Amino acid sequence: MGLLTGLMDFLEKADGNSSSRNFLEKATEKNKKNQKSMWRRSASFILDRSSNSPPMADTTQNPDAISAYYQTRAAHHGVITSDWLAQAQAAVEQPDSSVSDLGAEKSFNVIDEFNGWRKQPDLAEAVAAIRAMAAVIRASEATTMMELEIELKKASDTLKSWDKTSISLTAGCDLFIRYVTRTSALEYEDFNSAKSRLLERAEKFGEISCKARKIIAMLSQDFIFDGCTILVHGLSRVVLEVLKTAAQNNKLFRVLCTEGRPDGTGVLLSNELSKLDIPVKLLLDSAVAYSMDEVDMVFVGADGIVESGGIINMMGTYQIALVAHSMNKPVYVAAESYKFARLYPLDQKDMAPALRPIEFGVKIPAKVEVERSARDYTPPQYLTLLFTDLGVLSPSVVSDELIQLYL
Amino acid sequence: MESRRNPRAVVDPKVRQVGFFTSSQPDSTHQPDPIASESHPVASSISPSGNSLSPVMIPPPRHNSSDTFPLRAAAAAASAVSPSSFSYSTRRDFPDGSMTASPGRVSRASFSKPSSSLPGVGMDSMAAAKSSSVPASGLTTVSVVNMPPGLSEKESDQKKNSKPLKEKTTKAERRALQEAQRAAKAAAKAEGGKAPLVSSGSVASTNVKAAKPAKPSSQKNDVAVAAPGPSEKKGGQTEKDRKKDAPHPRMQYDDESRVVKAKRRAVVKQTEAKNRVELFRHLPQYEHGTQLPDLETKFFQLDPMHPAVYKVGLQYLSGDISGGNARCIAMLQAFQEVVKDYSTPSEKTLNRDMTAKISSYVSFLIECRPLSVSMGNAIRFVKNRIAKLPITLSESEAKAALQSDIERFINEKIIMADTVIVKHAVTKIRDGDVLLTYGSPTAVEMVLLHAHELKKKFRVLVVDSRPKLEGQLLLRRLIKRGINCTYTHINAVSYIMHEVTKVFLGASSVLSNGTVYSRVGTACVAMVASAFRVPVLVCCEAYKFHERVQLDSICSNELGDPNAISKVHGREDINYLDGLTNNANLQFLNLMYDATPSDYISMIITDYGMVPPTSVPVIVREYQKEHSLV
Repeated sequence: MGLLTGLMDFLEKADGNSSSRNFLEKATEKNKKNQKSMWRRSASFILDRSSNSPPMADTTQNPDAISAYYQTRAAHHGVITSDWLAQAQAAVEQPDSSVSDLGAEKSFNVIDEFNGWRKQPDLAEAVAAIRAMAAVIRASEATTMMELEIELKKASDTLKSWDKTSISLTAGCDLFIRYVTRTSALEYEDFNSAKSRLLERAEKFGEISCKARKIIAMLSQDFIFDGCTILVHGLSRVVLEVLKTAAQNNKLFRVLCTEGRPDGTGVLLSNELSKLDIPVKLLLDSAVAYSMDEVDMVFVGADGIVESGGIINMMGTYQIALVAHSMNKPVYVAAESYKFARLYPLDQKDMAPALRPIEFGVKIPAKVEVERSARDYTPPQYLTLLFTDLGVLSPSVVSDELIQLYL
Repeated sequence: MESRRNPRAVVDPKVRQVGFFTSSQPDSTHQPDPIASESHPVASSISPSGNSLSPVMIPPPRHNSSDTFPLRAAAAAASAVSPSSFSYSTRRDFPDGSMTASPGRVSRASFSKPSSSLPGVGMDSMAAAKSSSVPASGLTTVSVVNMPPGLSEKESDQKKNSKPLKEKTTKAERRALQEAQRAAKAAAKAEGGKAPLVSSGSVASTNVKAAKPAKPSSQKNDVAVAAPGPSEKKGGQTEKDRKKDAPHPRMQYDDESRVVKAKRRAVVKQTEAKNRVELFRHLPQYEHGTQLPDLETKFFQLDPMHPAVYKVGLQYLSGDISGGNARCIAMLQAFQEVVKDYSTPSEKTLNRDMTAKISSYVSFLIECRPLSVSMGNAIRFVKNRIAKLPITLSESEAKAALQSDIERFINEKIIMADTVIVKHAVTKIRDGDVLLTYGSPTAVEMVLLHAHELKKKFRVLVVDSRPKLEGQLLLRRLIKRGINCTYTHINAVSYIMHEVTKVFLGASSVLSNGTVYSRVGTACVAMVASAFRVPVLVCCEAYKFHERVQLDSICSNELGDPNAISKVHGREDINYLDGLTNNANLQFLNLMYDATPSDYISMIITDYGMVPPTSVPVIVREYQKEHSLV
């Protein structure tokens, strides 16, 4: 297994990292105290309560091979809670102004641009990629369509190789290149009008991202019935939107949140949901099978939807899907269509590994290996339906859509 | 459905409509059936807005889900019949043409005048659709066959029978009646098929009649039929004749009348095997090895046959060319020769005459060996090209265009496709893999060789089976390149599977339900692999995809030489079956292909990338069209 890219980025982002962790800590501290203690009390802690070393002590020991994607995810998890949303929104300066400056300069860097966009908490990574690509067009000094295309290709390659673990980044880049090479903009004789048309498309695409979540939330309403119990794993913005809309529609339902180690995504989500007056219960990640009896459906988000119709998502999704499948509970996935990727993993090891630091709260002996993968692959046979902005799809339709999009 | 696809040309996810409705309903506003539009207000109120570009479109509530397919509901309504006003017997009075048209119309979902004016009452619409579609389809099959005059009387008889019954029949009764009618119809059809035979005064006909009901024990009857063969005609017929009654590629060989007919015009006089396995009676099976010298001597008598085609046919017959791609390329190259040497006869047009010629050659090839799906697709392509030739082209231009088209087909659909498949498949091979393959699939061989060139470290397990032992050929070529191989027979597959990390298989064809139709034994390997949770990858060029659906290996298959499994060459000590080969109680079954259900296949690697088996119909739908039109 080759070690990961994103290494150099990690170094330059080291300070940003610690701040993100601060976000996270603060966010959890703001939560109720008992929830926090619950979060700490996972199986591994019970074993070594005596040593009681401070959490997150040894995370910075191994900065190698850390998935940049999951770093941002962690940062966003801290930010995405509505408390921080307003502050963060204010803090992030609009990169629009900087774009024109950068455009003037010769040394335009697509990655800087991308990172600038990525800081916006509500913006999905694929959309950030699209925006960055749009900035490439804006900054480009190409005079022909072909030249522009080559430039874009180069930019997308840089972006993709910058973080190979991020599926939506790759998918977003591919999608945008697809737009450029297959669009009717090419028919414009005037290069400038073609260029502006491309820009327009890029802008539109950004809007779709936000709209997509709304669409998905609306589509899923038919599936949430009064009195149902929903198990949620991970902190997905789409799933949050789904639950929020359901609550707004005065549906009566209960949510079980898995704890979501090591990010504590469940804690954050439960905090959000309790603000919406939705009855929430937090579970240990290992308590899924125990409580699956009372669950009516499982809702998860996705980092990527692959060609087979399976999903790649936060670690633990696969086992939840397995448990749900064996108990005949439906597993619903909510994800935007720009997460569709032309990947086809055959098994768990058949993906570029996305690693992240995992703190156990105790000192791990040097000889003990730690599984640090951040995601797993859930095969399509364990999924019931996918809610996307293209409609409610069965897993096998994903390939249908991808074939039509990319071939 | 087509119009749903159209907007995709310019890819813009924003203008995708969300929800269950199809936008291809220009006439949804004036739904013909008042009941349909009344009881499904949701569906009809949604549909008009289907054409708007708003992406936020919420499907109607779930309890209406059966109505959310306006297509289906409308089709049901269109064919709904009220039992009192419109009985099946009156339906029969429709002229053949209109009846055959109606199922097609339903599937195209445009509303026909007569059916929309029907008073569709009371009945559960789905049930109505179901029940009414049965007689309709029964009629279609009948009308396809050229009906002799005798049949019409038969029909009117039935009509009289059914008339008094129609008044107060429950659904079940109607069903039973239908079944009875259909059975009668089938009998009538069989009779009709036999009619010409009777008129020609053949002795066989009585035997055939007797054989029909007593089929399970008809071994002796079979022999009896075969013995008084029809009057021999010389092979040198005009190709028009040959074209007219060219055997259907999937002729049912247990339908004796047709077999006799087919035999009469056959060039290759194959003698049929006597002891056939009951389940596989409908497949052609001949005694092998007898007809080759016969054919060779006939070479100069068969003037309409092009020598290139003749050569390829003989190669098929003797088994010199095997493997889907090789057979297909050989055939296409023969056709190129044909085109090169072709000159239009006077008073004929190139388009028609050439098609007829090709058809006659194809029927010759079928006699040599049943076509593979890939060859069928290639032939379809060639015929399509001929038909689409502009009439303005001069003969030489047309010939050049055809030749280059065929050349392009070989290059694009077979050779290039293989390189693309190799490119995709290699990404799935990792260091330390143990790859299992079965038989000698060419695409997989290329994948393995290329992966070896890329210095990937892997081991290959070649699984083989009697009687063809093709795996040894593959093994030989792999070892020559220095790949580490293990060779075993299929008996050991369950033992060996636990160390395998991936299974690569080839395919003769992939059908649209994802079923992989391949060398016999493939299904066994795939099932064992999936039981061991080893991913199964199938490498198959997209031109071998077919829209047919097949659930088992029985209905369409090929029978090999039974002697191949009854004797072991080079082992004189294994002679247990000596002298038993003609025993009536012993039947040999040497199947050539089997069907692997899609459940056992993880991935199909094709020239359009790596797709799940569920996506085969998508590729067939999106590209077969273009592929036959290119």
